[in-house]
Amino acid sequence: MALALSTEKLTKTYSNQLKALIGINLKVEKGDFFALLGSNGAGKTTAIGIICGLLKSTAGSVEINGLDQKTHVNKIKRMIGLMPQEFNFNPHEPNIEILINQAGYFGIARTEATIQAEKLLKIMELWDRRFDIAQSLSGGMKRRLMLARALMHQPEILILDEPTAGVDVEIRQSMWAYLKQLNKEGVTIILTTHYLEEAESLCRNIAILDKGELVEQSNMKKLLLKAKHQVLILESIDKLPENIAVENCDCEILDDHTLQVFQGESTSISDVVIALSAQNINVSHLRSAQNRLEALFLSLTN
Amino acid sequence: MWIAYKTIVFKEVRRFSRIWIQTIIPPVITTSLYLLIFGGLMGSRIGQMQGVDYLHFIVPGIILMTVIMQSYANTVSSFFMAKYNNSFEELLVSPTPNWIILMGYISGGVSRGFCVGLAVTFTISFFVEIRPYSFSILIATFFLTSIMFSLAGFINAIFARTFDDVSIIPNFVLLPLTYLGGMFYSIDILPSFWRGLSSFNPIFYMMDSFRLGFLGIGSVELWKAFMVPLAMILLLVLIANYLLNRGVSIKTE
Repeated sequence: MALALSTEKLTKTYSNQLKALIGINLKVEKGDFFALLGSNGAGKTTAIGIICGLLKSTAGSVEINGLDQKTHVNKIKRMIGLMPQEFNFNPHEPNIEILINQAGYFGIARTEATIQAEKLLKIMELWDRRFDIAQSLSGGMKRRLMLARALMHQPEILILDEPTAGVDVEIRQSMWAYLKQLNKEGVTIILTTHYLEEAESLCRNIAILDKGELVEQSNMKKLLLKAKHQVLILESIDKLPENIAVENCDCEILDDHTLQVFQGESTSISDVVIALSAQNINVSHLRSAQNRLEALFLSLTN
Repeated sequence: MWIAYKTIVFKEVRRFSRIWIQTIIPPVITTSLYLLIFGGLMGSRIGQMQGVDYLHFIVPGIILMTVIMQSYANTVSSFFMAKYNNSFEELLVSPTPNWIILMGYISGGVSRGFCVGLAVTFTISFFVEIRPYSFSILIATFFLTSIMFSLAGFINAIFARTFDDVSIIPNFVLLPLTYLGGMFYSIDILPSFWRGLSSFNPIFYMMDSFRLGFLGIGSVELWKAFMVPLAMILLLVLIANYLLNRGVSIKTE
């Protein structure tokens, strides 16, 4: 499979000697929905900054669609759309102008840009606010405006740095749906997020950065299989008996109606439910105490 | 590239037009006060300067001072704000070459210098009859001056880290140099030492050629008056382009 992004020993040491990236070898396939995870200060934003040409690397190389970043700067910039973590638009400018100007910087004529801006503002549910200044938008609206801006030149690779931070649940769901659709249409998406369930539900491949080093790069499903133990929270309408046993699992009664089960390696969720049913416990609700990816993430970045 | 250039220029023009109360009205009021105080009230007591009424004599200086201050203010404030709110990243992630960015901002500064200069000239026309001696000299001097100070403002903005850094140069360097560049007097009336010192002030040459274009009177040869800002522009373009290419204070080192 052809690579959309490839970094080779990418290193960044800031002038204050802070080592933000230490020899990162990152590979993202074309058409992938890729999660780049890491705790605060892990180096995600630095990596994105270098890939997009906002920062200079100290050593190493970046290739986009097989082109070396140092020798094909402008070609590469046309391929990438960036939605950064921080709001980085002129807050006093009308929303529609922010989009049209961005297209202009990419050489798209105003008439064409206006059509594209209208389409994107409608998708992002910002059309009614198109003449308002960006400052007047809520946090979630500003995020959607930045996503629209990143898409103005129809990039092949979309880099999203915390795209749904501060976005309400309803809008987040619609953003996810739109991103999935974009990905289906062939856009490679690289996502950094602190919402791990977002990464788990959207992304096919994943890389985890910790203190500037790449500690994991894998297929999401394969990685999740590494999550050996899962903690289940089960609720019953009836009062729970005092002694509950499930083979290969540890059980702990949290209250009269709530049971916590530490799921053993060879035990499936069905096994747990069947075992409980055999003890006349009717499970009315079941959930995971912790997101599997979250548990893995914490173990890898400990 | 042409579209990117046009986008930057239109954005700049829209920006200063949107805040016309801050950008156009104050110079018009200041000009009216200058003409009222230095021309109307004191001018009649001063009499003539280089063979013309004092009121007529100070008109080119007032217009050129406006052009200098406005061209400088536009690039320094716009580029500094773009750095301050990180909106400059919109350009950095785009394939717009640095020289186009520079040209766009400079054209924005020149546009503001032109618009406000025109507004000021219009205001002056209520006080004094304006009959330029040479339009071509006036236009050439306007462009040289406006480009030079837009460039200077751009470089100032690159280095500026706080709002104070943006206002230091206009207040402590530009304004004194403008006043000492022969805005209110002819260099010919100065003692030789001060006359010699004035020849190191680039604004003096621009004032002189602008006054020549307006009134037909000047103290230095025209070619010399044009060469100084031209040389300065060349130097400032090289510096600004170098700083942009190095990403000084734009890209984190």
